[in-house]
Amino acid sequence: MVIQNTTPMRHVISLLIENESGALSRVSGLFSARGYNIESLTVAPTEDASLSRMTIVTTGSDDVVEQITKHLNKLVEVVKVVDLSESAHIERELMLVKVRATGKDREEVKRMADIFRGRIIDVTDTSYVIELTGNQAKLDSFVGAIDAGLILETVRSGICGVGRGDRVLKV
Amino acid sequence: MVITGAEIVIRCLQEEKVDYLFGYPGGAVLYIYDELFKQDKVRHVLVRHEQAAIHAADAYARSTEKVGVALVTSGPGATNAVTGIATAFCDSIPMVVISGQVPSAAIGQDAFQEVDTVGITRPCVKHNFLVRDVRDIAETIKKAFYLAKTGRPGPVLVDIPKDITAQKCEFVYPQTVSMRSYNPTVKGHHGQIKKALQLLLEAKRPMVYAGGGVVLGDAADKLTALVRKLGFPCTNTLMGLGGYPATDRQSLGMLGMHGNYEANMGMHYCDVLLAVGARFDDRVIGSPAHFASEPRKIIHIDIDPSSISKRVKVDVPIVGDVGEVLGELLALLDSTAEKPDQESLGGWWKQIDEWRRRDCLKFTQGEGLIKPQYVIQKLWEVTGGDAFVTSDVGQHQMWAAQYYKFDKPRRWVNSGGLGTMGFGLPAAMGVQLAHPGSPVACVTGEGSIQMNIQELSTCKQFRLPIKVILLNNGYLGMVRQWQELFHGNRYSESYMDALPDFPKLAAAYGHVGLRVDKPGDVEGALREAFKQKNDLVFLDFQVDATENVYPMVQGGKGLTDMILSAEDL
Repeated sequence: MVIQNTTPMRHVISLLIENESGALSRVSGLFSARGYNIESLTVAPTEDASLSRMTIVTTGSDDVVEQITKHLNKLVEVVKVVDLSESAHIERELMLVKVRATGKDREEVKRMADIFRGRIIDVTDTSYVIELTGNQAKLDSFVGAIDAGLILETVRSGICGVGRGDRVLKV
Repeated sequence: MVITGAEIVIRCLQEEKVDYLFGYPGGAVLYIYDELFKQDKVRHVLVRHEQAAIHAADAYARSTEKVGVALVTSGPGATNAVTGIATAFCDSIPMVVISGQVPSAAIGQDAFQEVDTVGITRPCVKHNFLVRDVRDIAETIKKAFYLAKTGRPGPVLVDIPKDITAQKCEFVYPQTVSMRSYNPTVKGHHGQIKKALQLLLEAKRPMVYAGGGVVLGDAADKLTALVRKLGFPCTNTLMGLGGYPATDRQSLGMLGMHGNYEANMGMHYCDVLLAVGARFDDRVIGSPAHFASEPRKIIHIDIDPSSISKRVKVDVPIVGDVGEVLGELLALLDSTAEKPDQESLGGWWKQIDEWRRRDCLKFTQGEGLIKPQYVIQKLWEVTGGDAFVTSDVGQHQMWAAQYYKFDKPRRWVNSGGLGTMGFGLPAAMGVQLAHPGSPVACVTGEGSIQMNIQELSTCKQFRLPIKVILLNNGYLGMVRQWQELFHGNRYSESYMDALPDFPKLAAAYGHVGLRVDKPGDVEGALREAFKQKNDLVFLDFQVDATENVYPMVQGGKGLTDMILSAEDL
C-alpha cells in the first residue's frame, strides 16, 4: 500500500529533552532538513533542571506526523515525545501587544482588553502594553478586534501545552 | 592518577581496543599526537587527506565487526572529514571521529582554523559532542563508542578544544553507559513475530528482500537458515550483498535500479514480502505509487522505527535487532509442523525461473574491446569469489555489484547511500589493514580514482598490497549513460581529456602499474596481480567506452519498467 497522504492537520507535540547546549538546534535542524513545518516552538527548563520541555506546533498528514515523532524519538538527547493533540489537552500562549492609546482610543482599547481579560502592564501618555494569555484562537481574535492602525507591535510566545487529567509527560 | 586530556583520549582508545587510528595531525590536536607518539598500542595510519582517513576507518568497520576510528584537526581537518562522515551516516556505519577544536577561550572569535564542527556535522552524524571540561572526556568517548555501535549504528563525532587536551584530571574509564534518553529496542515484539510467521506460511508468492541491516547486524547466517528452511526466493540490496550467498539457487541477486530482472519482477509480483534491514529507498523500488499498484502484504524488520512505513506502508512492522528477530522467527518455525504451501511455492518458482531465463546479465566478449563486465567476471573467478571488494561510484560500481557474486557478508564495501566518488581506494586501505593476508580489490573508474588518488602514497607507506582494478572508459560513465539515454546524446562535461598515464603514475608512487587493452590478457593480468603478495598493483583496463549498465529502471519509474539491453531502446 502506498503511503496515504491524509489531510494535513495541526498537531501539538510535546517533548522532554536533555537540557544541553545544541539540543534545540538538533530539533529545529531535524524539521528543516526533512522539510517538516514548524508553526511555533517553545522551550524552557522544567522543575528538573537537567530537562527541558518543548512544545512544537506543526501541521502534517498522519503519516508525516508519525515520521516526525519517530525522528524526534531517534534524537539521542530526546527523552520522551507525545502528540498532545491525540487527546484532550490544554494550550496556552502569552502575547504582549503595544498599542497607541490617545484620545478616544485610550478608553476603547482599555475596554477591549477587559473583555478579553487582558491586563495593561505598561502605561505612557500615548501607549499601553497589554498582556494576554489564552489559546491561539483567542489571541488571534483580540488582534482582530483591535483597530490594526493602533497596534505598534505584538510579541507572541508560541504555545505551551499539557495533557488534561491523568495524562502526564514525565521521566 | 592525574593525566592530561590528550593522554586520556589515547587511554580511552586503548580501553576500546582500537588497533588502528586513521588521521592527520594539525595544530589543535598536537597534544593528542604527542601522546600517540609515546605509546604503541594504537597504531596511527597517516593518510594524505582527511576524507581518506574517514573512508578508511569506515571501511575498516564495514569489513569487521568493530568501530572505525579517525582523528582530525580543527577547521579544514574537520570540513575535509565531512564527506566521509556523511558517507558513513548514510550507510549506518559505526564510527567514532575525534576532531580537535580551537582553545575554549577562542571559540566564537573567528580564530585560526576555527569552524563550528559540531554545527556543521550535526545533520550527518548519529550524535556529536563538544567536550567542555577535561573531566568529561572519558565518559564522552565511552558514550561515543556505545552510541556508534548500538541501535542503528552510525558515526559519532567528539570535538575537543585544544586547551582541554592539555589540562589534567584523574582518569577513570567508565565500565558501563546508561542514558535515560537512549534505549534502542533490540528484541522484537513476540506477537508481531508470530503474526509475521503466519503470513509467511500462508504465502503463495513469497519474497525475501534483505538489506544492509543484515550485514551490519551480523545476521547473514540466520537469514540464510530462514530462507533455506522456508524455500523462498531472496533478493539483496546493493548494501545487502553477501547477506545471502549470491551463488545459491534461491538467490535472485540484487534488485533495484540496476537489479536483476527476476529480482525486480519477484519483488513487484510477490504476495508476501519479508523486508529485513532494508528501507525501500528510491534506488530500490523506484516509484512508491507504482510499487503500491500491486497488492501484497509486507513484513518489515528494522532496528530503526523511522525506517518503517516511511515510503511504503507496512502491514507487520517489527522493530528490533534483525539477528534477534530472525532468530526468534527461526525458533518459531522449528516448533511448528506447518509448512509453506509447496504447490503454490512450486508454481512461483516456475515463474521465477522463467524470468531467470531472460538472463538479464548476459554480455558478449568479442575479440575487440574489453567489456567491463568481463573484467569483473574474471576478477570473481581469479579470486575464487572470496576477495574483499571495495568500489567507487558509477558504472564500475554497478558492474562489480552485478558480476562479483558475494557469498559472504562484509566482503563488499561501497558507498551505497551517499554515493561518494573517491571512496574506493581509502576504503581498500581500511579493509587491507583489517585483513592483512586477504586479497583486497578496489574496483574503480578513472573519474573516481582521481578523487583520492593521493592515497597511493599512504598505500606505499603502509605497504598495502591492494589491487586497483581500474575500468577505464575515458568517460564519467554513469553520467554519460544517462546523457545518452535521457539527454539526447549531449555529453555535457562527462568526457575527461588529458587523463594521466595511470601505470606510470602508480609507478611514480612506488607501485606496480600495468595497462591491459586486449580481452585475452585480462585473466592473465589479474592472476599475475594477485600473485604479488607484497605490492600494490594498479591495473588500467582500457574498456569499451560505449558499454551501459543494464538492466536499468529509470529514476522515478516502476520496478517492472526495465530497460534490459540496448535493443530495448
